Amino acid sequence: MPADIDIERVAHLARIALTDDERALYGEQLAHIIEHAERVQALPTEGVEPTSHPLPMVNAFRPDVVTESLRREDALAGAPDTQNGYYRVPKILDES
Amino acid sequence: MTEWEAVIGIETHVELQTKSKMFCGCLVDSGDEPNTAVCPVCLALPGALPVPNKEAIEGILSIGDALECTLIEDSLFYRKNYFYPDLPKNYQISQYTFPLCLDGRLAVDVDGEPTMVGITRVHMEEDTGKSTHIGESGRIHGADHTLLDFNRAGVPLVEVVSEPDIRSPEQARAYGAELQRVVRALGVSDARLEEGSMRFDVNVSVRPVGSDVLGTRTEVKNVNSLRSMQRAIAYEITRQIEVLENGGSIHLETRHWDESKGATRSGRTKEGSEDYRYFQDPDLLPLHIDEAWRKRVHERRPELPAAKRARYAALGADPRTAELLVDAGDLAALFEAAVSAGAEPRTVGIWLTGEVVAYLRRENVTLDETGLSADSLVELAQMTGAGDLSATAAKEVLNGVLAGEGTPSQVAESRDLLQISDASTIETEVMAVLDQHPDAIEKIRDGDAKPIGFLVGQVMRATGGKADPRMVQDLIRRKTQA
Amino acid sequence: MTDLADLTIAQAGSGLRSGEFTAVDLLAAVERRAAVTEAHLHAYLTLDRSGARTAAEAADAALATGDPRPLLGIPIALKDNMVTRGVETTASSQILAGWKPPYDGTAAIRLKEAGAVIVGKTNLDEFAMGSSTENSAYGPTRNPWNTNTVPGGSSGGSAAAVAVGSALGAFGSDTGGSIRQPASLTGTVGAKPTYGLVSRYGLIAFASSLDQIGPIARTVPDAAALLEAVVGWDPMDATSYNGDLPAIAKSLDTGVAGLRIGVVTELSGEGIDPEVLEATMRIVDQLSNAGADVVEISLPAIEYALSAYYLIAPAECSANLARFDGVRYGLRVDGATTEEMMAKTRAEGFGPEVTRRILLGTYALSAGYYDAFYGQAQRVRTLLRNDFASAYGRVDVLVSPTSPTTAFEVGAKTADPLTMYFADICTIATNLAGDPAISVPIGLDDAGLPIGFQIMAPALGEEVMFRVAAEVERLAAFTERPRLATSKVVAP
Repeated sequence: MPADIDIERVAHLARIALTDDERALYGEQLAHIIEHAERVQALPTEGVEPTSHPLPMVNAFRPDVVTESLRREDALAGAPDTQNGYYRVPKILDES
Repeated sequence: MTEWEAVIGIETHVELQTKSKMFCGCLVDSGDEPNTAVCPVCLALPGALPVPNKEAIEGILSIGDALECTLIEDSLFYRKNYFYPDLPKNYQISQYTFPLCLDGRLAVDVDGEPTMVGITRVHMEEDTGKSTHIGESGRIHGADHTLLDFNRAGVPLVEVVSEPDIRSPEQARAYGAELQRVVRALGVSDARLEEGSMRFDVNVSVRPVGSDVLGTRTEVKNVNSLRSMQRAIAYEITRQIEVLENGGSIHLETRHWDESKGATRSGRTKEGSEDYRYFQDPDLLPLHIDEAWRKRVHERRPELPAAKRARYAALGADPRTAELLVDAGDLAALFEAAVSAGAEPRTVGIWLTGEVVAYLRRENVTLDETGLSADSLVELAQMTGAGDLSATAAKEVLNGVLAGEGTPSQVAESRDLLQISDASTIETEVMAVLDQHPDAIEKIRDGDAKPIGFLVGQVMRATGGKADPRMVQDLIRRKTQA
Repeated sequence: MTDLADLTIAQAGSGLRSGEFTAVDLLAAVERRAAVTEAHLHAYLTLDRSGARTAAEAADAALATGDPRPLLGIPIALKDNMVTRGVETTASSQILAGWKPPYDGTAAIRLKEAGAVIVGKTNLDEFAMGSSTENSAYGPTRNPWNTNTVPGGSSGGSAAAVAVGSALGAFGSDTGGSIRQPASLTGTVGAKPTYGLVSRYGLIAFASSLDQIGPIARTVPDAAALLEAVVGWDPMDATSYNGDLPAIAKSLDTGVAGLRIGVVTELSGEGIDPEVLEATMRIVDQLSNAGADVVEISLPAIEYALSAYYLIAPAECSANLARFDGVRYGLRVDGATTEEMMAKTRAEGFGPEVTRRILLGTYALSAGYYDAFYGQAQRVRTLLRNDFASAYGRVDVLVSPTSPTTAFEVGAKTADPLTMYFADICTIATNLAGDPAISVPIGLDDAGLPIGFQIMAPALGEEVMFRVAAEVERLAAFTERPRLATSKVVAP
């Protein structure tokens, strides 16, 4: 499969603003890497289960116990913008 | 002219009322102060990792079991990737292939017309934070910034996805109501629509009757009550039919229900841009729900609303009364206690759903705050059955009991409501009345039954309404026979 | 008299306990070494002088009471992708510049509980993505053996610090070789434990199914001691191992007689520098002479490991790094809308290699490509695990070079990302398998640069892995120190 990468769409999905030059550069580099990565397709894997987890373990749970939360000052301390105990961001276009 | 059929499927989100969040120990029910129930995990600080809450898994399994789903032995958590500022990790931990519960059903009933709605899947995920859009006008549109509170982020959320088996707004409402009852009966969520602990996304499409091809659907959001869901669907069906009949086409889109306008408006277009890039979450181990666990869940299943309604109906309660009782959990408990202590179910049911509900509403009190107990209901039922109280007097006694005036006999005594059911006393009164009305006796003997009522009334008046009217009537009939 | 900064952890521990010097003296020696070497190396991003001082004083007080904890008072360094409360943690990224975490990661907590003195936070390739520590937003780290060369990566800062003596031991993280390869390039010992043995809570995630914290030290016993302090089940990490722990340091003196050792065919030929290969084979012969039963083992699927890795790791990282969005912490670049703010913040905050891998991973997971790329890579991973499983049915450990070459020059591999990716061909397979592996220095090449020898073991096989590593260390008798460590530093 030749690497046909819609770099603009990929960058949008990844929320990274790229310049035209960067789009061209990353598009080319990705195509090159993908070409190499496509080698995985050469290996026949019919009937092979994908690896789900490195160790054969299941069911790691925590009990339903309340633990201490962060103090709000600490939670908000590193935030770029806050207001009245809230995190603040610019307006949202794509409200869902 | 084409006849149209609506095809409706509902995705329901239910917040589980565990003590702590889905993947961290922050408090679930944290009140209004923003960002006070947050920690490195639910704020998605660098390096923090999720660990699932076992109680939430128990909760979703009980829902899956109640909806007759297959509980899946080996299940996985996935990451659903999309950027949104109320989603701290910018991916939601959810399930994709291999959810915990598959393939169930829920019976719903509209005006005695039963329908089976298929349940595609029930899966576990986590809630988002809350955003408040602030603008000069205070409206969403034209907002110039948004405030974020992550107290709700990470609260366990169960998604119940129905098959597109629903055909009318009424059925949709009945489905929503029944699902709400089931969830409440399981005790895993208060399932309050106004507060968002239960939320519906409704997929609506229409197609010509007889067609087996699905029309393009729209997803209706922002329905905050069962009534608004019904209205929104009705609106959307009409709108879609109108568009199609005018030669237009329906677009795959999200539409928001505007309660005040009574209309849906177009939101986000769901073009191809939605690519959630699901993949198994490497931070979480596979879930293995073994046979013993599945069995335990099933054995713990409480009596569900449908079964309870059927049982009450079998006891003699009429269907509407049974439904009302089951929906109001505390009344049902009292009903059960009274009936098992020997009270007559039909009468008790009618008292509870009629007089008692009216009293609670009028006085704005809860059942606990009244003087009503199972014992008093049993006593009241016995007094009525024995003819000591008329139906009207029984209701008055009930009000007195509710108001805390004492046991039914005490209330009946103090309010002087006991019926005269002593045969000789009643006979004396009847004879006295008959003596005064020989012409009435004449008419009755001539085959005219009308004066009987008149004579009963006279006896009741003479006894101050305390004579048992049935006994009076019987006696009059007997005495006037030729 | 020896400069205290040149002591091993074991030596320092006995000196502290015998009262020869104090933890404060030891810290001072290490900080002096840093003062002299940092201008050349840039191993550290942050030196936490006051925190270290407080910890050293507390250690001295505890030592006075006869407290026997082995790491008590030992100055160590943490890679800057390990979260430390109140101490700036950046993962070498602009996007986290100035971030002071409100919590400690589990490894940091356990090290503090062990009485270790955390000197500071070391440089790395941004978010641990790289093999040379050149991808740091704060400038590269240099190799103390030759400052024109790289120290390897991504844990290059930790490896350089230990090699030069500005820490007696350090921790790094290993996703595709990020502990072992820099250990190899700096003449130190670096171990990647079994996946799940050390909690990842507080390790800024790169690729969650591959990342593992592990030690870098000057000797095998030191590495074992460091590892023992941090292993064990952690309720905060669902993937942490909750069974019996391997007896890591139990058999260090046992030798290799009777052990079966497999030399990996695919990692001992083409693509490996001849000098590296020769040194490796020399050790293999010595192991055989020491009583081990040496056989050649083929792992056919290993040829596909690099390709699978460069699908799985970027896919996981594309989601792991989505949280850096300018909303709750770190960098924000203003925008008219939140969408714009996020996209600009991420464009500005991530360096080119991180951007490349996020884009690659996003692509590999996107609709229509998932099965051909990510799904297939996870199936190849299964085949590789099967290869390892059958190999470990025949041998106790597998061996190979750690890195195909010794340290390369700064800038030599930065132009083409793929060239850099090949630096990990010997190490990546064990990450995919979830197995442990260790690199032990065995000598210098003609240019005077260290060569590392890799020992791989089955999951939870740390005991046999360290047993063989200790023997390799004895056989190699590698005692050289980098020039930078021995030049100007004077003992107190």
